[in-house]
Amino acid sequence: MTTEKTRARHETLDLEEADLKSIYRAMLVARRVDERSWILNRQGKAAFVISCQGQEAAQIGAAYNLRPGHDYLYPYYRDSGMTLLLGQTPRGQFLSLLGKKEDPNSAGRQMPGHFSSRELNIVTSSAPVGVQYPQAAGTALAFKMRGEDGVVMACGGEASTSGGDWHEAMNFSGIHDLPVIFLVENNVYAISVPSKFQVAGSIAKRAEGYGFPGHEVDGNDVLAVYEAAKEAVERARRGDGPTLIEAKTYRMTAHSSDDDDRRYREREEIEAWRLKDPIIRFEKYLFENGLLDEDEKEAMDAEIKAFVAEASDYAENAPFADPEEALDRVYAEV
Amino acid sequence: MAEKNLLQAIHDGLAEEMRSDESVMILGEDVGRAGGVFRVTQGLQEEFGPERVLDTPLAESLIVGSAIGLSVNGMRPVAEIQFADFIPPAFDQIVNEAAKFYYRSNGAWTVPITIRAPYGVVPGGALYHSQSIEAWFCNTPGLKVVAPTFPADAKAMLKSAIRDPNPVLFLEHKRTYRLIKEDVPEDGHEVPLNKARVHREGGDITVVSYGLMLYTALEVAGKLSEELGIETEVVEPRTLYPMDRETILNSVKKTGKLLVISEANITGSVSGEIAAIVSQEAFEWLDAPVIRLGAPDVPAAAFAKPMMDFFVPSAEKIEAAMLELARY
Ligand SMILES: Cc1ncc(C[n+]2csc(CCOP(=O)(O)OP(=O)(O)O)c2C)c(N)n1
Ligand SMILES: [Mg+2]
Repeated sequence: MTTEKTRARHETLDLEEADLKSIYRAMLVARRVDERSWILNRQGKAAFVISCQGQEAAQIGAAYNLRPGHDYLYPYYRDSGMTLLLGQTPRGQFLSLLGKKEDPNSAGRQMPGHFSSRELNIVTSSAPVGVQYPQAAGTALAFKMRGEDGVVMACGGEASTSGGDWHEAMNFSGIHDLPVIFLVENNVYAISVPSKFQVAGSIAKRAEGYGFPGHEVDGNDVLAVYEAAKEAVERARRGDGPTLIEAKTYRMTAHSSDDDDRRYREREEIEAWRLKDPIIRFEKYLFENGLLDEDEKEAMDAEIKAFVAEASDYAENAPFADPEEALDRVYAEV
Repeated sequence: MAEKNLLQAIHDGLAEEMRSDESVMILGEDVGRAGGVFRVTQGLQEEFGPERVLDTPLAESLIVGSAIGLSVNGMRPVAEIQFADFIPPAFDQIVNEAAKFYYRSNGAWTVPITIRAPYGVVPGGALYHSQSIEAWFCNTPGLKVVAPTFPADAKAMLKSAIRDPNPVLFLEHKRTYRLIKEDVPEDGHEVPLNKARVHREGGDITVVSYGLMLYTALEVAGKLSEELGIETEVVEPRTLYPMDRETILNSVKKTGKLLVISEANITGSVSGEIAAIVSQEAFEWLDAPVIRLGAPDVPAAAFAKPMMDFFVPSAEKIEAAMLELARY
């Protein structure tokens, strides 16, 4: 009975077996790249790590609905799961982590997690929290003005909804029915500040005030996020306007490699959330539905770990840009 | 060629660019049916429709932020900030975002936007409708800051700004909108965003100025030439950042004396930067200390007319400073 019911879940979403495996694989790649980054940090090779761990379901479930290079993504610093899914590579990620010349995001100019790809329409991101939202609304407006079916996904943590930029963008998107999806990855903390001191009421419900739908979803359930985002993307493509998705999830690591989260959260709390790890959860679904078995999983994981190690080695051996290159590309040539 | 004032010249520049390039659009507060509070965009919504001349909500960060987003998706937006005094909410989007996209993506993303902002002291304007805000932005690599004064230059430079692949902050002195009319070429007149203009040649003193103060400087220079035979070279930077140092330095090397005049608060001003460049690069040619004239270091121009007039460098003060330099 249960099996039939759960099986019906991905089938009703029109997800084929191959899709489910791609999704699972993308989640695992993101996790393994992230874990490797921390190792490089502990070895003293990576100056700074900011992690996606715990948020893979929210990221991949949402971004699986995008057409890379056509739709636009405004990611935030944890969205490596998304950018890897859309076509950035682990090698690129490590080159960025180590600040090497071949770093595809910025050639060693920005911290890791500040993604950019002109080819993939991943718009260059920065550190000031929330600035991406008005930009995303503008990009969506351009699609609307030209009558194209492109959509824009703009992402951030729950604290990114506290500042004006988010509200200004929500309002503007509501006024013009813009093809934009606001994805808020609510991972409970903003560095040390828990969401109860960050968020009044409900983030998802705020959408109603701006005149468009807002959905709260279990952000650790990749199919739930996929479903909400699929509906949102279809709605945007039809020209019906924006959607807000609040994915409830949890930050499984410290804020960054510079943070010690023992100062502000209990170990028990993290342990409780580990049991809800989105990867383990999806694995269970795939096992239960006979879509994956232990051998296949092991083989996939081994293969991923191997190319992640290779990518990391490549980055370690790659050269830095010449120091004088810091002077280049301040202005585009007229 | 028709005679136009600054306001009409800017209007014409916008209209011509919109006619020749479908991706050019305008967004801001009251720019649509009302044609802007200064009437710069009058008639444009009628001609180009409500999307290409878009009335936005009152949210400056959104105005500039969405302009950035439009520009990375094929558009060339001209964002209007109704008064430069209200630009601070957009500061992050201008300084941290627009100006840094190109550098931080190692040249992958350009942000071809123009941000128009009327600035400067005007009767009745008071603290929040009169500030000179250029210094806030002239410390921002990746951004171009231009402040043309004369109508023909303004039209040509607006076109250059719109076509430029970089973000450009385009400052218009409100009190000069209708001050004079001059011949403004229909098209073909091009002014790049990296060239200062020498308005008047002279071998005795160099005056560098822009905006309303440039008019006063030119008047005083004419007077001193006629009455005392003192010949002043008047240089207008036109682009405040990055600035054409060459033209200023060449002039100072000829005259050995420099007065810089603007309406901005003096400390930390663009005038200070010009003075620093000259004292470092032309020290051996200088015969007198560089003098700066500007607004006193009080927050902004007051509402009451006598206090407002006191805030702005007057023709008398300018004349006194020029005579002081001439005596060296
Ligand atoms: C405007 C701004 N203020 C402060 C910071 C420093 N800062 C970086 S991340 C962060 C917390 C953000 O929390 P949230 O949006 O919930 O995202 P999370 O890190 O939890 O994924 C803070 C305070 C910043 N980057 N930008
Ligand atoms: Mg958070």
